Amino acid sequence: MVVALVAIRKNDLFAVVMLFGIYSFLTAVLFMDLDAVDVAFTEAAVGAGISTVLMLSTLRLTKRYEAARRRNPILPLLVVGITGAALIYGLMDAPQFGDPMAPVHQHMAPRFIQDSPTEVGVPNMVTSVLASYRGYDTLGETTVIFTAGLAVLLLLGIREGQNTRPGRLAIGDTLVLRVVVKVLIAFIMLYALYVQFHGDYGAGGGFQAGVIFATAFVIYDLVFGEADVRRVMPPHWLGRLAAAGIFLYAGTGVVSMFLGAPFLDYNALAHDPVHGQHLGILLIELGVGTTVFAVILTIFYAFSGMRRPHQVS
Amino acid sequence: MSFSDHFPILVVLIPLLVAPLASLFTKGRTAWALALAATWSSFLVSCFLLKDVLANGTVRYYLGGWEPPWGIEYRVDVLGGFVLLIVTAIAALVLTFGRRSIKSEIPERRKSIFYAAFLLCFTGLAGMTITGDAFNVFVFLEISSLSSYALISMGRDRRALNAAFQYLIMGSIGATFILIGIGFLYMMTGTLNMDDLAERLPAVSDTNTIRAGFAFLTVGFGLKLALFPLHLWLPNAYAYAPSAVSAFLAATATKVAIYSLLRFLLGIFGAGFALGAMPLDMILIALGLAAILSASLVAVFQKNVKRMLAYSSVAQIGYIALGIGLASQIGLSAAVLHLFNHAMMKGALFMALGAIAFRIGSSRIEDFAGLGKRMPFTMAAIAIAGLSLIGIPGTAGFVSKWFLVLGTLEQGLWPLAALILFGSFLALIYVGRILESAYFGTPKEGVEVREAPIEMLIPIWILVIANIYFGLHTDFSYGLAERAVMDLLPTAQTTVEVAQ
Amino acid sequence: MYNYWLAVFLMMAGFYVVIAQGNLVKKIIGLGMFQTSVFILYISMGKVEGGSAPIVTEGVEAYSNPVPHVLMLTAIVVGVATTAVGLSLVVRINEAYGSVEEDDIQELDNELDTIQESGL
Repeated sequence: MVVALVAIRKNDLFAVVMLFGIYSFLTAVLFMDLDAVDVAFTEAAVGAGISTVLMLSTLRLTKRYEAARRRNPILPLLVVGITGAALIYGLMDAPQFGDPMAPVHQHMAPRFIQDSPTEVGVPNMVTSVLASYRGYDTLGETTVIFTAGLAVLLLLGIREGQNTRPGRLAIGDTLVLRVVVKVLIAFIMLYALYVQFHGDYGAGGGFQAGVIFATAFVIYDLVFGEADVRRVMPPHWLGRLAAAGIFLYAGTGVVSMFLGAPFLDYNALAHDPVHGQHLGILLIELGVGTTVFAVILTIFYAFSGMRRPHQVS
Repeated sequence: MSFSDHFPILVVLIPLLVAPLASLFTKGRTAWALALAATWSSFLVSCFLLKDVLANGTVRYYLGGWEPPWGIEYRVDVLGGFVLLIVTAIAALVLTFGRRSIKSEIPERRKSIFYAAFLLCFTGLAGMTITGDAFNVFVFLEISSLSSYALISMGRDRRALNAAFQYLIMGSIGATFILIGIGFLYMMTGTLNMDDLAERLPAVSDTNTIRAGFAFLTVGFGLKLALFPLHLWLPNAYAYAPSAVSAFLAATATKVAIYSLLRFLLGIFGAGFALGAMPLDMILIALGLAAILSASLVAVFQKNVKRMLAYSSVAQIGYIALGIGLASQIGLSAAVLHLFNHAMMKGALFMALGAIAFRIGSSRIEDFAGLGKRMPFTMAAIAIAGLSLIGIPGTAGFVSKWFLVLGTLEQGLWPLAALILFGSFLALIYVGRILESAYFGTPKEGVEVREAPIEMLIPIWILVIANIYFGLHTDFSYGLAERAVMDLLPTAQTTVEVAQ
Repeated sequence: MYNYWLAVFLMMAGFYVVIAQGNLVKKIIGLGMFQTSVFILYISMGKVEGGSAPIVTEGVEAYSNPVPHVLMLTAIVVGVATTAVGLSLVVRINEAYGSVEEDDIQELDNELDTIQESGL
């Protein structure tokens, strides 16, 4: 709360972004406390990680300090006041916090909690709801990410410049750092794969894995320079990977259609429904992971590509 | 399941799958061909779908095979099928029109990504239209919004960037409000399926939470559909976007937002609650009137024709809001009909402007001088679609305004009827300004201007002829609108009487 | 209930930043805060007193509701997508206008309008 308040007052945008990162991290801690482990994991990776990195890159490209305020804050305050009043008004009749008898816990939830482990066969109920019952939302979510990647490409493109030539390093040539990072990256990737394939049992899944995997590349970029990382993972391959992820996800659904079942009905994928569910979830999570990884790295390339002088288009 | 059972998902799935495919091609032309094929096949499927709905009633499709409310369902009724038909038809026509227009406005290396984003925008709008799940609306809303921000920013003027940013901020606030609203509904009912919500809401509808949720949803969609005074993002966004994008968004995006609002207001909350217990009917009438008068007035003074028509869109949305606010069978039918007619008029007008921008590189009103002779077919299209916008008898625009006036007179609100006519008068002035410049202005010396290419003229004229056709034959369009409203209000007569 | 009030407060703070600030980067940050507060609202809804994380564990009877978690995973993704698109727009605006202050941009646009009207 305090963090948020300070963030509003500050004129130094760098500090604001840092505070935003802390704020996201605290939110993630709060989610842990509220039993939402998957959400906490994602918020930490996305809010405190990706968003903060993107905001910092933007600051590098624009200005660090905000101009002095010249605006009349009355109207915005009024609008915010009305909105806040509406929220409080609405929450006055809301069920007590944590009340197990609240309607939210009565209608749909019991089946997800009681039956999903046998119907879908996955212990993590979040994964089974996400990937199977509401799997179509998740396809939409993957499409949102893909759209964001396209939008960034449309807006910024991935520019080539002097930094992309081999031999230039982002951080100085420190042997110890390079060795440590190389080992570290191996672990990060391993961890990402674990998160990818272990999402059925514990927290995590394709989205988180994709983010972590992309992070490994970002770190590699920071230490070894862009040229090397672009040789390992060239930008045009990322486009193909991002598309491949969607094809894998939607393709799984199309296969189930050809097997005479509705779109994304994994029961049809194998003789035994639970087995089919397992296979389906594995495939679509892989699709999500691939797209997320490719898009996040694309966005990172696009932002870092803007950093250097270039020809005016 | 047979092939035709999959139609609901196919409408959305085809563009969703073709979009990533199109983005992979480096040649813009291949991407265009793919996108064209995708939109036309979606259009065909949606024709079959509407036919099916008209013959057999609401079509349902359980995604993932899970029955609602646990799974997400696609649900197509008459209104949904109707709006879906509009969206797919406009997308297909605009892409047919757009190849050369886009080629002249978008850099070659961004073209395939541009087409992919266009398809995703279409995917999002189609998905919003036929889903039966409240949260799924939010997801597809964001697909269409994110891609439209990018599409708008591709305009050549740098103001397009600022317009896109403003739209992003307003749009995201709107989407977040919608998310809060859905959260409140979910909090009190424990479900996200629309039909299930409608069933479970009456028991808890007399709570603050539901009333607040209602308010958040209304404001959120109000932002997305540019309901006065939440319309400030719209004029610049439409004015500076690439021509094909303006044509597509003006004819579809706000329409789908209106449709979603109707779905939530009438389909979930029910007319008795939405327009009766809550004072929304009066608010909609007041805002609708304000939109008609102020936006039309601003439109009269615009120098850029694209901006003028964008303000006119805000005014037309006012007519639709007014129709909804009347809360009667006839008013609602007029609103739905106007949604359809307005898509046709604005689609034709913005495409024609695109054709002119393609030839003369400008959409400023004084540059139109003499175009009546030099681009006769394009200008004739603008003239006819403009007459429809005013509401001259014999055009589609007349029919919906006629029913709107009937609706007001039915309730004895004759000052409203007079103001609607005054709005038409203002439309007469701004359309008149365009035509005056084009037909009576003296052209600039030494500039050779040719008629637009035939591939642009055909899609424009399809819409123009549709404008005339539906102005003379009202059975199909008004009949459909009437049935759609009946469908939405199964007990229309009784609930609406309670509402008054 | 404490969580709900926290969410409301953060929502108001974030929303205020979005509409009152002139700096475009700060607007995006405010939008992020605004959206995050909605996540808190949903997740608080899903909490069950004495429940545990919705992953099947032996000996646990009550689980918190997994549905809000799923919805918010989607919403977080949407949020970061919006942030990315918004920030790239900011970068382009900075390139085109040389500023990320809303008022400056407004002025530059107005100037352009006057030039177009008087000249050409």
